[in-house]
Amino acid sequence: MAIVKPKVDAVIVGMGWTGAIMAKELTDAGLRVVGLERGPDRDTQPDFAYPRVVDELEGSIHRKFLQSLSKETITARHGIKDTAVPYRQVGSFKPGTGVGGAGSHWSGCHFRALREDFNLRSNVKQRYGAKFIPEGMTIADFPVTYEDLEPHFDHFEYVCGTSGKAGVLNGTKIPGGNPFEASRSREFPLPPNRNYLGAELFYKAAREMGYSAYPIPASNASAPYVNPYGCQMGPCNFCGFCSDYGCLNYSKASPNVSILPVLRLRKEFELRTHAQVLRVNLDKERAHATGVTYLDAEGKETEQPADLVLLCAFSLFNVHLMLLSGIGKPYDPVSGAGTVGRNYSYQNLNRVTLFFDASVQANGFIGIGGGGATFDDLNGNQLDSAKAGFVGGGVIWARQPGSGPIRGITTAPGVPNWGSAWKQGVKDAFRHSFYYEVQGACMSYRSNYLDLDPTYRDAFGRPLLRMTFDWNDNEIRASQFLVGKALDMCKVLNPKALSGDAKKAGEHYNITRYQSTHTCGGAIMGSDPKTSALNRYLQSWDVPNVFAPGANAFPQNNGYNPTGMVGALTYWAARAIREQYIRSPGALVHT
Amino acid sequence: MSDKAPSPSRRKLFKTLSLAPLAVAAGCAREADKPADSSASAGDYKPTFFNAAEWAFILAACDRLIPADNIGPGALQAGVPEFIDRHMQTPYASGDIWYMQGPFIEAAPQFGYQGRLPVRDILRVAIKGIDAHCAKHFSGKSFAQLEHADQETLLKSAEAGKLELENISSREFFTQLLNETRMGYFCDPRHGGNKNMAAWKMIGYPGMRADYTNWVEVRDQPYPLPPVDLAGERG
Repeated sequence: MAIVKPKVDAVIVGMGWTGAIMAKELTDAGLRVVGLERGPDRDTQPDFAYPRVVDELEGSIHRKFLQSLSKETITARHGIKDTAVPYRQVGSFKPGTGVGGAGSHWSGCHFRALREDFNLRSNVKQRYGAKFIPEGMTIADFPVTYEDLEPHFDHFEYVCGTSGKAGVLNGTKIPGGNPFEASRSREFPLPPNRNYLGAELFYKAAREMGYSAYPIPASNASAPYVNPYGCQMGPCNFCGFCSDYGCLNYSKASPNVSILPVLRLRKEFELRTHAQVLRVNLDKERAHATGVTYLDAEGKETEQPADLVLLCAFSLFNVHLMLLSGIGKPYDPVSGAGTVGRNYSYQNLNRVTLFFDASVQANGFIGIGGGGATFDDLNGNQLDSAKAGFVGGGVIWARQPGSGPIRGITTAPGVPNWGSAWKQGVKDAFRHSFYYEVQGACMSYRSNYLDLDPTYRDAFGRPLLRMTFDWNDNEIRASQFLVGKALDMCKVLNPKALSGDAKKAGEHYNITRYQSTHTCGGAIMGSDPKTSALNRYLQSWDVPNVFAPGANAFPQNNGYNPTGMVGALTYWAARAIREQYIRSPGALVHT
Repeated sequence: MSDKAPSPSRRKLFKTLSLAPLAVAAGCAREADKPADSSASAGDYKPTFFNAAEWAFILAACDRLIPADNIGPGALQAGVPEFIDRHMQTPYASGDIWYMQGPFIEAAPQFGYQGRLPVRDILRVAIKGIDAHCAKHFSGKSFAQLEHADQETLLKSAEAGKLELENISSREFFTQLLNETRMGYFCDPRHGGNKNMAAWKMIGYPGMRADYTNWVEVRDQPYPLPPVDLAGERG
């Protein structure tokens, strides 16, 4: 017999960015909220305390801040007729666990989407004609506009102490920022961070190529800061341990630093850690959620009844929970019917590395996750898709989240993997090389989707989520185009050697190589319940007291990191709950 | 197959081997040929995970993968074998963060290792297989007893996945062994490798300083400070 807890107003599954934002907003509205986090509690002290946190072996090999795949993972395959096999070792993407989730070990790149990213499908149709969208590409417009989200982008940046420079402020172009961005209502809360060598040279090369480089908006504080909640941040000291690590310095925005200090004091909020949610419980008609069932820290099955269920897990696991619980109809790639699992997309990432002689002090060990430089001249409407031959642009950037020898030293072309020549190669490269990356958009396709695996199970006996994903010609062309542009730009800097890895024609998705944790889609927002799982307020069309904020809501992925958009969408959904749903529970959009 | 002109690193290997059980060291005739450089401290360590034959393999293979030379310390000087022996006894090497449930089916390389062995057993099973291969093709000798050139040929063959072993992909083994060797070379010394932070000094890594506020915009001179480790020691 399951333990049954007293009913609460809202139960939140997962205590990363979206969970913390929802908990803050809903307790602000007077709701009693329980947060269930599958991992341990984490805070700057003691979990991210110096010096223990900067142990590369523990952080980047034992992956102590990431999800262990031993309990839950996914299976993967390239095509709908293949047999999927488990994602057994962490490679391509790195889901987090514990309080803070992936929001504690992210880098800090904090973008807003472009205005044209919101209406991608209609924009492409209008600019290039409907036939330009290839057969099988299932891109869609977001059911919200940039203007809908602007106040929420703004607020989330102020919560995060984002460091950057506005390019367009209330309609006026400002020198030093991104001239192609949609207009901002306020300047960034903090000025940009200082430039390491790779970023400084990026500006030089971009200028010579005619690109308009600007500072990457970084939620790594450039100065002391107090956010609107009263949470304090200290200036980033470029320690070089951002990605994979929690911040030792209160400099990188995270749920732990930026929101939880307030939440932890609230009596309306209860956080339960080591609480593994197994499913959302629905009524007989599968039209209303009654709460969730989870395993408590001792492994006892526990029911938490609630009026509202907020799925705030990592994007993939939000989709997993919806499929396991029977929320909405699973997507079928053959008939095209069903919505949950539809439009899984990713990020089209490639890297080029520049090697210099010993007189060039690149010092890659000096690192700041989000700091650096980028440009949008090949993104959004700046890209002539007809000429380039693909849908969706991307950015090229200089980033230096911090390198260490265990995280790997990229050596110049021709250097072997071991022996004396390798030693010479790592010695030459370590302090005298840096890299630029291409981060391309990734379109959605009929055959790239998520469902439940027929064979493999997790430690709790549930079917694993199955990912069917492969690169399509469009993304391969985009990779080749953007990497080509990046290489042209690198040549301006006259490195002594250069390596780059554009995707090759016919290349398959390689899940063993880290590329990006920007797994998107699967439970997308839309304006048609036949082709989307969530409405414009991230509310399930089928079970209206379930909301599922996260990158799972993206109909496709753009060229930017998703966190800024995820935060803004979550605040947008929270406002709809506060201002509309609480007053009148039920579907917020009627079709 | 003689040891006519042992390199400095080879001599260090002998020194280390002399502390391993006698049966393994028996093949090494020139133990008296003391190295001039006595800084090879890997020799003080007694393995608690690997048996004598496996330990001899690890010492020999690490010495080939990261040899001592005038560029920087070799794997043996840096304590890499000690690191690996200790690392094999961590939850990580037992598959703690890997999904280990079956069925185990073959898949394209883009899906990663799909076998059922964790790292510690990948190493053990493959070492046994390679020593059996050596015994068959090199008149009863183990890998550790081969000439450097033969050892290197075998490692290259494993790296390319061309060495046929029973129960294990030689490529997967090589990948794991090379990863472990590099980790032991570059880890914080508290894990047993990177003795005296020598590998960090070789590449100019300041180690666990984790504060470069004043050096972000310095372009005209190399970063000046030596490394520090997690224990606060300075290199």
